[in-house]
Amino acid sequence: MSRALGPFAAVLGRDLLLAWRGRADVLVTLAFFVVVVCLFPFGVGAEPNQLRAIAPGVLWVAALLSTLLSLHRLFAQDHADGTLEQLLLTPEPTVLWVVAKICAHWIATGLPLLIVAPGLALLFDVEQGALGVLVLSLALGTPILALLGAVGAALTLGLRGGGMLLALLVLPLFVPVLIFGAGAVDAYLSGSGAQAHLLLLGGGLLGSLALAPLACAAALRIAVE
Amino acid sequence: MLYANDLACVKGDRPLFRGLSLRVAPGDLLRVAGPNGYGKTSLLRILCGLAMPESGEIRWNDVPVNRDRESYHRSLLYLGHAPALNDLLSPLENLRFACASGGDKVDEDACIDALVRIGLAQQLDLPARVLSQGQRRRVGLARLFLEADRKLWILDEPFTALDVAAVADLTATLSEHCAAGGMVVLTTHQDAPFAKAPTVLDLAEVAC
Amino acid sequence: MMKDMQKPERSKSIFRFAAPQMFYPLAGRLAPWFAGVAAILAAVGLWLGFFVAPTDAVQGDVYRVIYIHVAAAWMSMFVYMVMAFWSFVGLVMNTRLSFIMSQALAPTGAMFCFVALWTGSLWGKPTWGAYWVWDARLTSQLLLLFLYLGFMALTRAIEDPRRADKAGAIIALVGAVNVPIIYFSVKWWNTLHQGASVSLNKAPSMATTMLTGMLVMAFAAWAYTIAVTLWRVRSLILERERHTEWVAAELNALEGKI
Repeated sequence: MSRALGPFAAVLGRDLLLAWRGRADVLVTLAFFVVVVCLFPFGVGAEPNQLRAIAPGVLWVAALLSTLLSLHRLFAQDHADGTLEQLLLTPEPTVLWVVAKICAHWIATGLPLLIVAPGLALLFDVEQGALGVLVLSLALGTPILALLGAVGAALTLGLRGGGMLLALLVLPLFVPVLIFGAGAVDAYLSGSGAQAHLLLLGGGLLGSLALAPLACAAALRIAVE
Repeated sequence: MLYANDLACVKGDRPLFRGLSLRVAPGDLLRVAGPNGYGKTSLLRILCGLAMPESGEIRWNDVPVNRDRESYHRSLLYLGHAPALNDLLSPLENLRFACASGGDKVDEDACIDALVRIGLAQQLDLPARVLSQGQRRRVGLARLFLEADRKLWILDEPFTALDVAAVADLTATLSEHCAAGGMVVLTTHQDAPFAKAPTVLDLAEVAC
Repeated sequence: MMKDMQKPERSKSIFRFAAPQMFYPLAGRLAPWFAGVAAILAAVGLWLGFFVAPTDAVQGDVYRVIYIHVAAAWMSMFVYMVMAFWSFVGLVMNTRLSFIMSQALAPTGAMFCFVALWTGSLWGKPTWGAYWVWDARLTSQLLLLFLYLGFMALTRAIEDPRRADKAGAIIALVGAVNVPIIYFSVKWWNTLHQGASVSLNKAPSMATTMLTGMLVMAFAAWAYTIAVTLWRVRSLILERERHTEWVAAELNALEGKI
C-alpha cells in the first residue's frame, strides 16, 4: 500500500509545485471566472430582482467555463516533454497517478473558484444564507467537471484544434452537473431545501471518481501509442 | 530475459516491419540499427509496452508482458527521445520525481551524486529551461546511475548531443550494467567504444 | 486478425465475417435488400399515416408529423446504444470491424437526431406556439446530437485510424453511460422550471391505425439504418484496406464494370 502511495504523492506534490511556480496561469483562470460573472449584468440589465434570480446559474456557468478553459493544461505539458510516457511505464496502476493529477489540477483551479464565488455572489445580492449552499455545490460539482474533463483532455491530447474539440466533447456531459449545482442554490432560495441536489451531486462525484479515471487512463495509453 | 516473437508494426497505414523476433539474455547488449524511418523508435516503444504491435508477442521471463505488466515495468527503464524534463523544475527535482513516480525509494544524496557524476554539478538547482540540449539529455541519463536494479534498459539514441567524454562514461556504464547481468537495448547513429561489441539487429532485413 | 485475412476460407464460424475482407462482399449483398425493405415500409407507413389514420380531435392534422418524428427520435437513441455496443466489443475483442461499424452508424444517428429536432420544432409551433421550448425531450435530444457531433469530430480529427478507433470507442462509452443521467437530470430540471406545457405523451388515446403507422415507420427507419450503415461500412473498409491486394483486385473489377 505504501508502495502504491509513493507515486501518488510524488505526482500530487510535483503538480502542486508546478501550479505554484506557474501561478500566473492559475490566476488567469480565476480572473476569467470573475470577468465572465461581471459581464452578465451588462448583458441582462442591473435590475436587482432579475440579477438575484440568475445569480446561481451565472456563477455556475462561469465556473464551468473556467474549468473548461484550464482543462487542456492537464496533460499537455507532460505529453510534450515525455513525462507522460515515463508515467505510463510506472509499475503501479495508471489510475492512481491519473487521480493524483486530477486532484492537483482541481486544487489549483477549482479550489480558488470556491474561495471567490461567495464574494461574487454578493455582487448579485444573493441572500447570505445561500452562500454556503453555493460553495458546497461548487465543492461537490467542480471535481466532477475536472474528472469528466480529464477524459476529454486525454482523448484530444496533441490534436490540432484540440481545445474546441474538447469543449464539444465534454460540454454535453457537464449539463447534469450544471443542473444540479445551480439547482441546489435555487432550491435553497425557494425554500424547498438543497439536500436532494447536493446528495445527487455527491453521488455523481463518487460515480465519476470510480469510472472517469479508468476511461482517462485508457485514453492516455491510446494518446501516446 | 526479453523475448519477442514475430512482431509486425504498422505506422498509420504504412507497414514498417514484419516477422521480427529477438532475444535479449542477461549480459546482452543489443543495438537496433537501420536507416531513418525503418521503425527503430517504434520497435523500442513496442518493446516497452507503450505501443501495441500489429501482431506478435513479447515475453519477459517467459510471461507475456501484457499479462504481467507490473513486474515487467518494475524491471524496465526506458529513456526515449523526449527527456521527460519539466522546464519549471530543477534537474534535481526532475530526477527525484522520475525516480519517485516510478515507485523507487529516492535518496536525495544519491540523486545529487548522479547529477554531479554526469557533469551537472553547477546546474543542480537551476530551472531546466536554461539548460542546453546536451545538459537536458544528461539529466535523463543520470537515472542510469540510480536504477541499476532495473534489469532491462531500453535507450533511444542515448548518445545524441553528448560530448566525447560523456559518451565514453556512458558506454562504460552500459558495459558495467551488462557485466552485472543486466540487459541493454539501444539505438544509436554513432559508433560508441563498447568493451564488448554489441549484437546488431538490422531493421532493413525485416522491413516491409 | 492477420491470420484471418490470409486464410479466410479455413474458418467456418460466423466470426469469419469479423474480417473486413469477408464482411465487404456480405455487406454488399445485404444492403440493397434492406434498402428495398426500407423504401416499401416507408411508403406503407406514410400512406397509413397521412391518408388512412384519422385526424386528431385536439391537434388536427398537425399531429401527423409524429409518423416521422417519433420514428426518428427512437432511432436516434437506439443507434447511439448500438454504437456504444460495437465500441465496447471493439475495445474488448480488438476487432477493427466493430470500430468501423460504430463509426458508420454515427452519421445516421446524428441525422435522425436532427430530423427529430426539426420535426419536433415544426410540431411545436402550432402546439406550443413556439418553435422551441426547453422541453425535457427536446433538450435531451439536442444534447444527444452534441454527443454524436463530438464522436464524429473526434474520430475525424485523429489521423491514425487505430487511435481514432479506440478514442472514439471511449467517448461513445462515456456518452452512453451519461445519456440516461443527462435524460433524467434534464427531466428533473424541466419539471422544476417549466410550468404547464403540452406534453408529447399526453395525446388522447391512440387509434390502432396511428400505432400501426408509427410502428411501420419505425421498422422503415431500422431497415434504412442497416442499409446505409452497411454501405458506409463498405466504403470505410475500402479506405482502411486500400493498400491490400484484395482491395486492389476489387477496385480493378469495379473499373472493368464501368
